[in-house]
Amino acid sequence: MPFRAPDYYAIEELLTDEERQVRDTTRRFVDEEFMPRIVESYRAGTFPNELIPRIAELGLFGPTLPEEYGCAGVSSVAYGLICQELERGDSGLRSFASVQSSLVMYPIWAFGSDEHKKSWLPRLAKGEAIGCFGLTEPDFGSNPSGMRTTARRADGGFVLDGVKRWITNGNLADVAVVWARLEDQIHGFLVETDRPGFTAEEMHGKLSLRASVTSELFLENVWIPAENHLPGSGRMKAPLSCLSNARYGISWGALGAAMSCYDTALEYAKGRVMFSRPIAGYQLVQRKLVEMITEITKGQLLALRLGRLKDAGKVRPEQISMAKMNNVSKALAIAREARDILGGNGIMDEYPIMRHMVNLETVNTYEGTEDVHRLIIGKDITGFDAFGA
Amino acid sequence: MKIMVCIKQVPHQDARLDVNGAGTWIQEENIKFEINPYDQNALEAALQLKDKEAGTEVVVVSIGPERVTQSLRTALGMGADRAVHVKDGAADGSDSLGTAKILAAVAKAESPDLIFAGFMSDDGNLAATGPMLATLLGIPHTTTAVSFQKNGAIQVERELEGGALEVVELNTPCLVTTQTGMNQVRYASLKGIMAAKKKPIDVKTVADLGLAGQVGADAAKIKIEKLYTPPKGQGAEILSGSVDEVVGKLVGKIKELGLL
Ligand SMILES: Cc1cc2nc3c(=O)[nH]c(=O)nc-3n(C[C@H](O)[C@H](O)[C@H](O)COP(=O)(O)OP(=O)(O)OC[C@H]3O[C@@H](n4cnc5c(N)ncnc54)[C@H](O)[C@@H]3O)c2cc1C
Repeated sequence: MPFRAPDYYAIEELLTDEERQVRDTTRRFVDEEFMPRIVESYRAGTFPNELIPRIAELGLFGPTLPEEYGCAGVSSVAYGLICQELERGDSGLRSFASVQSSLVMYPIWAFGSDEHKKSWLPRLAKGEAIGCFGLTEPDFGSNPSGMRTTARRADGGFVLDGVKRWITNGNLADVAVVWARLEDQIHGFLVETDRPGFTAEEMHGKLSLRASVTSELFLENVWIPAENHLPGSGRMKAPLSCLSNARYGISWGALGAAMSCYDTALEYAKGRVMFSRPIAGYQLVQRKLVEMITEITKGQLLALRLGRLKDAGKVRPEQISMAKMNNVSKALAIAREARDILGGNGIMDEYPIMRHMVNLETVNTYEGTEDVHRLIIGKDITGFDAFGA
Repeated sequence: MKIMVCIKQVPHQDARLDVNGAGTWIQEENIKFEINPYDQNALEAALQLKDKEAGTEVVVVSIGPERVTQSLRTALGMGADRAVHVKDGAADGSDSLGTAKILAAVAKAESPDLIFAGFMSDDGNLAATGPMLATLLGIPHTTTAVSFQKNGAIQVERELEGGALEVVELNTPCLVTTQTGMNQVRYASLKGIMAAKKKPIDVKTVADLGLAGQVGADAAKIKIEKLYTPPKGQGAEILSGSVDEVVGKLVGKIKELGLL
């Protein structure tokens, strides 16, 4: 069954030709090249690395960055639609692209030197180099500003020490964007992963986001030259602005996963006869389907408006928090309801639902947990900081 | 070399189709459109030739309302060089001959060495426009190409009934209509899509082409009288039982209805 994208409010009409085309290209890639591989990858707990050159060829890495670095320069809405389609495939695929685009290429572009941009961005765009983003530590998740990883000046450069955990693509990366404390401020550093003292260890045993590599990074006296420091960094704002970009993409991505679950559940319900008629003909099932499409439609409007604000340069991080919090949490609820509608079949990997459902548990946690975003918005509207700092 | 590719925008294969209020065509509001799948193969064939032969120009031509721009931009994003859009209410309701006349006028202005068109369109299924266009231009043509080669002359393999393949050779200028599946249609990369924004789409009216009064609904020799979904058949009966019983019942029925 081909995917029929839900569009209850004719949101298609609000997109530009270019945005529609970018979406269609990504959709086709996912349908034709990714879907045939995902079940096997998910079972094996690996990312389908063979697709990296194709993803790059289509221009899906760093798509909003300018042409001079080998990127396409599309709008933020187009980037959102890319995330939607990739995550309709699998959250692991979207995570791969989010990390490369928003957490690696973006900080190099925003905080790097001209040299950094010229040497890294074209290679990252072509998928010839892979990057990862090391912010979280074993003891500092929701509160990254408390991090223990340090940088100190030595031998005309810096020496980094510390442990980063939960790092997507850590074992695939050629370069890690590592955030570390230097003279009591948080700075960003580009660490080539073949530097002595750098090791990445893949984390095994994940029951969520299985088609994505997650690693622990160990930095033991890793020396890097002075020019590997990101000159535009030096405050917590730098990593947070990367997260803002990634979270923005996630708010669209979650919709993709939700759409896949809804579409699957709707078709299934229309065909599955129990007692006297298709289960779609029972009020209790209709209620579930109606709630799903309503939440998807609301989420689409939220994401689209957010994207337009972002393209106009007017978006605030708190607004991004609202879309990330809402869309992922609703997508998770939709996945659970869809799982229920499919009955026993809902737990099989022949259908995408259970995979989306368990993936969304990660998506709801990373890039700021659902509650952390609640606290961000809460602080914004009340003026009271409830984080307990 | 210059290649002209005729593309038609048709309802997307997954679109839900309903008959319009007048019962003459489908309801076109709020449905998704795409480039006719046969035409996508035609475009791909042209782009493959362009990849091989430097200096080849690919011009895509389409007739239709504003929404057709989307399909033209898609074609430009895939790699076509420029587009001609015949956008004029006076072209609405043209039959295949009217469409072929419009395309012929464009072709005369462009004088391409090669014209590709889809074998038929997914909506009308007439398979007439391509051959009519070639006839109006007085150039050779062949249909239902499943493979294509150019070594000086144009060599086409075409599909016949019963799985047979026929090989024909044509001199340029000529026209070839393409079968689906003849090639793997590429997709527009993001850079292609962005580059397409800068490529020209030449908008023309029927009058610009010197065809005022000769095309469109009034000039059409074929009119759609009625479009409808046939009512569901009645009286189907499912026979049950063992094979012998079912056969027995079936024979009884046939005799009963006097069909033997
Ligand atoms: C698969 C995966 C991939 C990841 N990839 C990356 C990556 O590439 N790079 C990277 O840097 N990180 C990555 N992360 C880390 C991720 O961002 C963190 O897991 C996340 O920030 C939450 O941190 P934590 O797991 O330590 O949970 P904790 O911070 O310990 O949170 C646990 C619970 O406590 C709640 N909580 C915390 N503080 C408060 C408070 N003040 N008030 C109320 N409730 C609170 C949270 O909402 C949550 O419910 C990844 C995580 C996963 C699971």
